[in-house]
Amino acid sequence: MKTKRAMILVSNDPESIRLGANEVVQHLNEALASYDLQDEVDVSTISDVGYSNILPLVIVYPDTVVYGPVKASDARYLVEEHLYKGRVVNDLLAPPKALTGPIGFLRGHKGYNPAEQRVVLERAGRIDPESIEEFISANGYEALGKALSELTPEGVIEIIEKSGLQGRGGAGFPTGRKWRFVRGAKGEKKYVVCNADESEPGTFKDRLVLEGDPHLIIEAMVIAGYAIGADEGYIYIRGEYGLAYQHLETAIAQAKEYGFLGDNIFGTDFCFNIHVHAGAGAYVCGEETALIESIEGKRGEPRSRPPYPTTNGLWDKPTLVNNVETLANIPPILRNGADWYKSLGTPSSPGTKVYTIMGNVNFRGVIEVPMGITLREVINIYAKGMKPGSILKLAQTGGSSGSIIPADLQDTPMDFESFRKAGVSLGSGALLICDQHTCIVDLVKVLLQFFRFESCGKCTPCRVGAQRIYEITKRLTQGQGEIADLDIALDLISEMERTSNCGLGQTAGTAFRGMMTHFREEVEAHILNRVCPTGVCSMDPETAQSDYIFITQEK
Amino acid sequence: MINLKINGKEVQVPEGTTVLQAAGQVGVTIPTLCNHPDLHATGGCRICVVDVKGWRTPMASCTLPASEGMEVETHSPAILKSRKTILELLLANHPRDCLTCDVGGSCELQDLSYEYQVQVPEWGTKGTRYIADSDPNPFVRVDMNRCIQCTRCVRACTEIQGRFVWTMAERGFDTHPVPGADTDMLDARCESCGACVAYCPTGALSDKMSYGQGRTHQVKKVMTTCTFCGVGCQFELNVKDGRVIRVTSTEEAPVNGNHLCVKGRYGYDFIHHPDRLVKPKVRRYLIEGKKKKTKGKPWEWVETDWDTALDLAARKLHDVRTNFGADSIGVLTSAKCTNEENYVMNKFARQVLGTNNIDHCARL
Repeated sequence: MKTKRAMILVSNDPESIRLGANEVVQHLNEALASYDLQDEVDVSTISDVGYSNILPLVIVYPDTVVYGPVKASDARYLVEEHLYKGRVVNDLLAPPKALTGPIGFLRGHKGYNPAEQRVVLERAGRIDPESIEEFISANGYEALGKALSELTPEGVIEIIEKSGLQGRGGAGFPTGRKWRFVRGAKGEKKYVVCNADESEPGTFKDRLVLEGDPHLIIEAMVIAGYAIGADEGYIYIRGEYGLAYQHLETAIAQAKEYGFLGDNIFGTDFCFNIHVHAGAGAYVCGEETALIESIEGKRGEPRSRPPYPTTNGLWDKPTLVNNVETLANIPPILRNGADWYKSLGTPSSPGTKVYTIMGNVNFRGVIEVPMGITLREVINIYAKGMKPGSILKLAQTGGSSGSIIPADLQDTPMDFESFRKAGVSLGSGALLICDQHTCIVDLVKVLLQFFRFESCGKCTPCRVGAQRIYEITKRLTQGQGEIADLDIALDLISEMERTSNCGLGQTAGTAFRGMMTHFREEVEAHILNRVCPTGVCSMDPETAQSDYIFITQEK
Repeated sequence: MINLKINGKEVQVPEGTTVLQAAGQVGVTIPTLCNHPDLHATGGCRICVVDVKGWRTPMASCTLPASEGMEVETHSPAILKSRKTILELLLANHPRDCLTCDVGGSCELQDLSYEYQVQVPEWGTKGTRYIADSDPNPFVRVDMNRCIQCTRCVRACTEIQGRFVWTMAERGFDTHPVPGADTDMLDARCESCGACVAYCPTGALSDKMSYGQGRTHQVKKVMTTCTFCGVGCQFELNVKDGRVIRVTSTEEAPVNGNHLCVKGRYGYDFIHHPDRLVKPKVRRYLIEGKKKKTKGKPWEWVETDWDTALDLAARKLHDVRTNFGADSIGVLTSAKCTNEENYVMNKFARQVLGTNNIDHCARL
């Protein structure tokens, strides 16, 4: 292998590609060729590093200088100045404020570097996702080798159980216990399914792993297969994640070639194969049984449980369904041991959590921090504070089905147990930060509109209930609300929580309930005074339009 | 065997029994809408929810397997309230046309609304979302406004008839069954067997030929065997004012249960057809003892009674057998006859006529 003097990394996530990353790569290569540097400098691609406001990103190693946003027309100048003459191009440097965000390896910028704890996103954005060599050189497949050569399947499960890892899909079920259930289930054939249908609005944690570190998921799935006694795995990936799909396909082919996947892995008797299955855009297919139905080629509707997938899953066989982030924690735990993992986070929720920060804050993007930090810390340190003139009014955690957290709860540690005690849910790790200009009723209306559209339509409470609550909330925004409506909606929500078939219907009303608990006065202002305190809602009955085209209208 | 308690009563059931079935064993009726004993249970409508000790939320009893030591409460106040809410939700966007609906009186949604005393709520959808009688199928009347999305039509077509005509389309509040890729039924390869109609709990799918001609309580049901083929399916003729207005299938039929083909379910219009022969006819010369014409217009047909007609046929067969021998006669039977009828014809040919010339149309 030739030794290169420098390496240029260009981000190539879909957003960067949209902004011309491919042209940047092309121009960089042309410029290097014209300075006869092509043998000295390598141009490679990395995935999204966790933020969107300075894309496409160009990073020059070993100097660790980050440029962004870089246009194709800048490429020649950049090569000439930095690589030919050896001077940093100050004009193109990424703005320091944005730079001090989530990128762990940019710690050279003193004063702007809130410490992240990267376990899941350890390699994402650092290695070329399409190169298995880079993955291996960064301790890749080490955990798999350890599991297959030093540990029994029982031993792997013991370590996972001891680490206290909880499922990162939202519910926080102990991962080790789930593995043990599937291992103990009767049946010759078992499956490992990776839930990569990241469809919770505003959540991008899995995308970073899939696009930036696809081998990590393959490694984790093979370990899971070894532990539970499965020889086949499926990755159900969100249909919109085109680049992640490509990277996974490439990674699977490479892993097979290197003997980390397929028959006789690491020369042992253990065989494991992985299929990638793309979803078709249904939110509900993130629910594990709907996901299984979808893989089976059926309409994505959640099954009635029990029986659970651990005994009757894919093709009615015992199936382990784990979220991408959960699986991504497995290899680091095996490499470093359960005690190391328990040293991160809180005693009841060990480890780290990847959050997607959105809303009226200065920095929006993805961060990975230990469990148990507070919302205030996230906003003030990682999100660089509220936008100028903004005051925190509320935050919503965990995407559409998540809870509304008012400003006075912002000191609650963000871990499974503390949140459960506070009656809110951590969910998928999306953090929507809203300021005083946000109308809570309008926000809830938008969320309910999502649910009434994304309900699969199988069970009555969710199918019709979500529509009814949405209609009631919409009437509030149009100045048509009645006080009695609020009780009808709350009653309906409690019935939906009780009788819906799956989590979608059970959590569809969570935001409405949070609104009534924390912001009742604001809601009542919409009804009693016919005024929207923030001025967001139209409060105009003239805008009241039906969402349906009726053939005939009842009088 | 599994032991569980339903409303405090001990019950023992084999493994794989659902709570709904177990409740039936001790005489507890749990209401259902999307569930049907012939079809795979899905747990969609949620009307059959029951409280199970130790579970956070009520569970759908149609899909919940009974397990050892389970304690089930089927009619607690909270459960009754949940069922009422579910019925309200179903009724809220249901048309208020029970007065003219064909299945009024035999509608499962209506029966449950009556049982739970649920009114159509005021806050429902104020309008009609789908065209009534929207499908050109000559036998099945489709009115999706009355649909409660129980998917029984989808499962009946898939699991019983194996035609896969119906599927669920759209999501959320817009979910409704469509034939094929939202085309019409015949285009989606429908055989018009009417299984979807038979399994529909409401008036969403009903029989088009008899639409508006009589409701269940107005007809007398007469069990009969189908005359179209030798399978021996049984069904009920729905008779109103001396006329057959409809055929309905019944789970009591030993051969076919609720399953019928298009001929059995919808091929009943011959019964009252003016062209149908209801008495035997013979040529006039046979009655008057005259000779058969060999030229010109043949003798016309005249109506007669069965005895005369059978006597004539017997006499002519006897004549042929006497003059030309038994082997000059051949008997051809039909696949449309039952086994018993074919057996009798076999006896008649070999023992009465004395010939082995007997065959069956299925050989052709």
